Amino acid sequence: MVEISEDPIHPERVIREVEREANGAVVTFVGTVRSPSQGKEVLYLEYEAFKEMGERKLRQIAQEISARWQLADVAICHRVGRLGVGETSLVIAVAAPHRQQAFEACQYAVDRLKQIVPIWKKEIYRE
Amino acid sequence: MKIKARFFALYRELTGSSELELEVEEGITVAGLKEKVTRDFPQLQGHAHSLMMAVNSEYAAPDVKLSPGDEIAFLPPLSGGSRG
Repeated sequence: MVEISEDPIHPERVIREVEREANGAVVTFVGTVRSPSQGKEVLYLEYEAFKEMGERKLRQIAQEISARWQLADVAICHRVGRLGVGETSLVIAVAAPHRQQAFEACQYAVDRLKQIVPIWKKEIYRE
Repeated sequence: MKIKARFFALYRELTGSSELELEVEEGITVAGLKEKVTRDFPQLQGHAHSLMMAVNSEYAAPDVKLSPGDEIAFLPPLSGGSRG
């Protein structure tokens, strides 16, 4: 399941998407808005996405994981719009029979997302 | 022929528009359109080297030929995901 949306992301909802009896491990990455950044206090972030292409590229990441680790239970949710410090911007959950695959695939998804998914971040600082 | 150009994030701010219908010559390539648009919008010229282009929501090589009605997205360097 992949999604780019303005709505708040709830990690437990994303985890439920990937839970199945055959899976012995679920690895979840939660990305949040942090401050300071670049040495400055962040007031809030604005994420913008080219939604249609973005969701297409998230599906591509899930397919790449399926091909490489034979894992089908992957969920990637990225939030867009205005986010305050501490809010969740990204949740990725990967389930697998064994933890090794789940850790590797989750790391891959986080790194790959930055390479190919058309999303842009704008940080607004306290001057 | 007519094609649709879409500008996102920084490029929307620089060009002042998110979407434009452009009249271009038949058989123009992705690289050709990039040259035309950076000529029409000088404020994009400093960014030409880091600008990525997608045709109909898929990244496209510079030599790809465009067809009427294609949607070409001008994409700034990506910064989605998390720095964490």
